[in-house]
Amino acid sequence: MEIPYTVEIRRDTGLTNGKIGIWLFLASEVMLFGALFASYILIRTGSASWPRGDTILDVPLATFNTIVLISSSVTMVMAWASLMRRRFGTFRIYMGATILLGFTFLVVKYFEYSHHLHLGEFPRTSNFLAIYYTLTGLHMLHVMGGMAVNAYFWGPGAKQWKTNPEWFTNRVEHSGLFWHFVDLVWIFLFPTLYLL
Amino acid sequence: MTTDHAGSVTSDHAADIDRHVRIYITVFVALMVLTIVTVAISRFHLPVHIAVTIALLVAVIKGSLVACYFMHLISEKKLIYAVLALTVAFFIALLTLPVLTVHDGYWMR
Repeated sequence: MEIPYTVEIRRDTGLTNGKIGIWLFLASEVMLFGALFASYILIRTGSASWPRGDTILDVPLATFNTIVLISSSVTMVMAWASLMRRRFGTFRIYMGATILLGFTFLVVKYFEYSHHLHLGEFPRTSNFLAIYYTLTGLHMLHVMGGMAVNAYFWGPGAKQWKTNPEWFTNRVEHSGLFWHFVDLVWIFLFPTLYLL
Repeated sequence: MTTDHAGSVTSDHAADIDRHVRIYITVFVALMVLTIVTVAISRFHLPVHIAVTIALLVAVIKGSLVACYFMHLISEKKLIYAVLALTVAFFIALLTLPVLTVHDGYWMR
């Protein structure tokens, strides 16, 4: 049985089912990260003293990671634009670059975490480190999830381009929406944790 | 923005995508500049409330650029806006309620 409204627009919503589905999912993600941000505000405003992020964390490394993630958002949207122009080869290059940039982000994060753990700075050490590991850890899981989906569309999932290019393009757009959301969360995490 | 049923790319469609690509590159440059601004401002060691305000303001501008242009929110359907409006309302409540409990001394009782 064919899945309805993957390419054709529903008359009642004016959208494909995939598009409304990913936005509803992102709305739930906003609440997930929102709950953690609220916890951060509560813990910080309720504490007698709070360290500045740049006295504990590596700002240049995090700035580099911010640049990496923003770049990956551009390559992601360019991958989608390539499909819209029916240039599958270019899509592969941009999508490959997005995955590599995501991988670079994770490698940098690995070095950052191992440095702190080596110094004996664990989540139990302080409230600041607890919220730092929780927020960045959850964000990192999202990066991994996004990379897995992107890798699928770069690899085995790309076969769909030959049979149903419109659907494939929509799926890449939805995957991109998630990836941009991950970038958006980092845009707020970076100043909150590292600079303030 | 959703893929249409056209099997081939018309010149109008191609020109439209080219226009979008130019916007993406402009937004990318703006995001890079704003990232540098965020880090530079933090070097001034401003009082906490001013630093928080400026940092969050720059983050909101950056986030809006990503949402509006990369996520195409600037030209989305009404239903998406409705979903997001509801999300924003709950998100604000989620952030505000804990702060209010701190300011009214709830945790000190």
